[in-house]
Amino acid sequence: MKKGHLVGIGIIAIAIIIIMTSIGDASSYETFETALVMKQSGNDKAIHVVGQLKKNESGEVIGLNVREDKTSFTFLLVDNEGTEQEVFYNEPVPADFIRSESVVVIGSYKNEDIFIADKILMKCPSKYQETEVQAAGM
Amino acid sequence: MINTFIGNLGHLMTIVAFVSALVTAFAYYQYFKANELEKKSWQRFSRISFYIHAVSSTMIAFSLFEIIYNHRFEYFYAYSHSSKALPVHYMISSFWEGQEGAFILWIFWNVVLGLILIHTNKLWEAPVMIVFALVQAFLVSMILGVVVGDLKIGSSPFILLRDATQAPVFQINPDFVPEDGTGLNPLLQNIWMVIHPPTLFLGYASTLVPFAFLIGGLAMKRYSEWIRPALPWAIFSAMILGMGILMGAYWAYVTLNFGGYWNWDPVENAVYVPWLILVAAVHTMITFKKSSTALKTSMVLVILSFILVLYATFLVRSGVLGDASVHSFTDLGLSGQLLIYMLFFTAVALFFTIRSWKYIPTSEREASVYSREFWIFIGATTLGLMGFQVILPTSIPAWNALVESFGGISNLAPPADQVEFYTKFQLWFGIALALLTAVGQFFWWQKMDKKALKDALLTPYIISVVIAALVIVLTKVYDWRYMIIVIAGTFTIVANSVILSRLLKRSTFKLAGGSLAHIGLGMILIGIMFSSGYSETISINMSGLTYSNSWEDELNKEHVLLWINKPTQMKDYTVIYRGRQKKVVGVPEYVPAKILESTGNVNEAIALEDFKDYFKKGEVVELVLEENDYFKIDYFQNEVLKFSLAPMSQFNEGMGGLISSPDSKIYLNRDLYTYVAAMNDYSDPEWKEDEFYEVTPDEQFHIADFVTYFDGAEVLNQVEDYVLQEGDVAVRANLRILDYDVEKVLQPTFIIRNNQVGKIPVVDNELGIRVTLDNILPEQNKFVFKVNRYQKDYVVMKAIVKPYINILWLGSIITLIGFTVAIYRRFDEFKKMRDKGME
Repeated sequence: MKKGHLVGIGIIAIAIIIIMTSIGDASSYETFETALVMKQSGNDKAIHVVGQLKKNESGEVIGLNVREDKTSFTFLLVDNEGTEQEVFYNEPVPADFIRSESVVVIGSYKNEDIFIADKILMKCPSKYQETEVQAAGM
Repeated sequence: MINTFIGNLGHLMTIVAFVSALVTAFAYYQYFKANELEKKSWQRFSRISFYIHAVSSTMIAFSLFEIIYNHRFEYFYAYSHSSKALPVHYMISSFWEGQEGAFILWIFWNVVLGLILIHTNKLWEAPVMIVFALVQAFLVSMILGVVVGDLKIGSSPFILLRDATQAPVFQINPDFVPEDGTGLNPLLQNIWMVIHPPTLFLGYASTLVPFAFLIGGLAMKRYSEWIRPALPWAIFSAMILGMGILMGAYWAYVTLNFGGYWNWDPVENAVYVPWLILVAAVHTMITFKKSSTALKTSMVLVILSFILVLYATFLVRSGVLGDASVHSFTDLGLSGQLLIYMLFFTAVALFFTIRSWKYIPTSEREASVYSREFWIFIGATTLGLMGFQVILPTSIPAWNALVESFGGISNLAPPADQVEFYTKFQLWFGIALALLTAVGQFFWWQKMDKKALKDALLTPYIISVVIAALVIVLTKVYDWRYMIIVIAGTFTIVANSVILSRLLKRSTFKLAGGSLAHIGLGMILIGIMFSSGYSETISINMSGLTYSNSWEDELNKEHVLLWINKPTQMKDYTVIYRGRQKKVVGVPEYVPAKILESTGNVNEAIALEDFKDYFKKGEVVELVLEENDYFKIDYFQNEVLKFSLAPMSQFNEGMGGLISSPDSKIYLNRDLYTYVAAMNDYSDPEWKEDEFYEVTPDEQFHIADFVTYFDGAEVLNQVEDYVLQEGDVAVRANLRILDYDVEKVLQPTFIIRNNQVGKIPVVDNELGIRVTLDNILPEQNKFVFKVNRYQKDYVVMKAIVKPYINILWLGSIITLIGFTVAIYRRFDEFKKMRDKGME
């Protein structure tokens, strides 16, 4: 066999490995319900859940529980199916957390009661809407 | 009063720039086709047309800057990206904070590059400028802001606020102009953000040059000649793009608090990949110049690097990344246009490549393992695979969007731990590259066979193994993967240094570009390994709290809570948080925030106390960005104050709350990197219920945990901010409160007027208390104090040690110098050929 072919086969092999691991390591978007099923079937892989913070009738965020040393906290997240779940995050409360429109938690269930987020992404009210509010207030 | 002139001028210039770009493309096409007689006049016409384009493009930039500079908040762009408090150099950042400004910057750089190309080329002018003008037409269309029926072409930065929003105030008063803008995102208020975007966009813009030469070459059927003029530009582009990426990394390191310089964020990945491909292209182009191989590979790589820049723009600016990235832009409705832009040039490139593929010379000879071509090819392949590994998962959101646009459902998400995911591949690719550059350089400069290779490599190999062993032992690198990095990095540094010293002895510095760049690469690799692989969080598990649930005890708490004035042990340091500070114009050090009181005007405060020799009590001082707080953290070792750090945070209502930036102590061999993750908000405290204390003068008592001395009271003849009348009695109590090593004097005042009592309480935000002199009981010689508590001031901080990060920065600089030397050499070659009349 020619060297060129060997090199070619090597490249293709590495490319296939890359594609396979990319698919294998890719996370997925789940709901709390499917995430819990995953956990129960022994799958500890970190997944994404999109949801909103739980609010009372007057629109205030409820269920936020900051630990005494202020370095971690739990909160209640309601996913798009309406399932409510307590989530623990091992970081101080991000600054604009309460104002966020939607929250993406990346992590997995620790046990059946608590979901541990390794990372949180927040979608905050866009500047365009804010401009309207501010201009209206002036 | 609304100034519509400047906006109309900007909009008009946009249209002129768009039309003139199309005219230029057409004119250069005529010039290209014209016979010798007509060529001269078409050339003149084409150039004039491009000059008009250049002037109008510059005028677009000027108009937009005029709007920002003169605070014309009737314009949406100025209103949403700047504010009156901004100094001029940050107004420049405001310019390109928005997407439209970024496109204008890109247009401007293309104009500059186009003008240079017109005046440095003869033969290539027409075909290259056709490509240039078409690209410009696409770019200008992004900011055109023209609506045809339902079709919106481009988003103009020159629209008025009243047209951009439906705020009710404009129905009452259409001429309403807001007092101030919403300001520049504080994260962009950094000197690196003034120079990083122009550099990056020059990098973006310059990838067009090799691409244009390639298309020109294929159109003129000069299948291989395009390499010579394109090569210096390809190296230039790789250098500038690399520099832009590094500046971005450095900006992230000093401004963003994710704890590092690289986060494998989609936005970062989207620029990293075209850069890798461009570097690969540079290598195959150099090979082609030397031995007429790898032409097809070079073509593919040059096209890919240009298309990938467009793809990066599409990913970042179309909104397709959405949740996946912290700093992608929102969709301005340009995604369709961006897609057409990318697909158009992909189609153009494909058309010319396929048409000329069979005419492109290839070398039939099988490359030997002992040839440089073989090793360069392997290197280019490695770079390509590196890029492939990054772009594939980065494109997951785009893939989801594609599936959904065909009605499918895809719940694929990017890898949960991006850093770990990418590192496990890129690490090995990096090692492979280091080894290849070491070996490859020897092949490059001399003819090799088995024996020569052994002779050449043996000495550098032994030297680098010895050095690597020393480094490993001295710096305690015990992870086997990191040991390999040290060995590979050292090997490339040593091998390339050997080559470099030979080159310098034998010939000129001009040839040293390659070996310099590769030495830098080795240092970058080692620097990344140390600073990231051995980065250590030292603010870990400090609280001593135990939690109700066992799983929480197992987690590492990576932050430390610092109450004001309270010493806390953190690894080798004792740290004390000392309160907030501000920056004052003309004062070289930070000023405690508690001695400054805002006057209500932008960036202006009145001094409540003297501060050293800089200002006196009662003076009005000017603040540098009043929203910024700098938290003073003192670091002690063995009870001696070693240094203070001042991580910053800014509360910015308009930008969605709180934004903070790190501060680092920089040592030669490590950085101590700290940032504030959370802090006390005492702007609107919820005071707890009243507590009353009855005390006699000179008595000692406790307010909360604070030891307090009541040093007696005095009758005042005048009270600040209050006019005493005849018969008034004003009494001021002197309380001395101890908090660790800090002594504070609080003086609540009590005023009696015609049997009416007035009380002036004192609030101390740092201690979180409010003290009122509530009553005086003369018969018992007792004073009654009412105390309300909130909470002491605090910060939650993270501290990370990053060893040997300076090797990374030094390596980066050496690499850039290497690139610069190479550009000089290759441009010199091109110039000599051109002046001989060859091209």
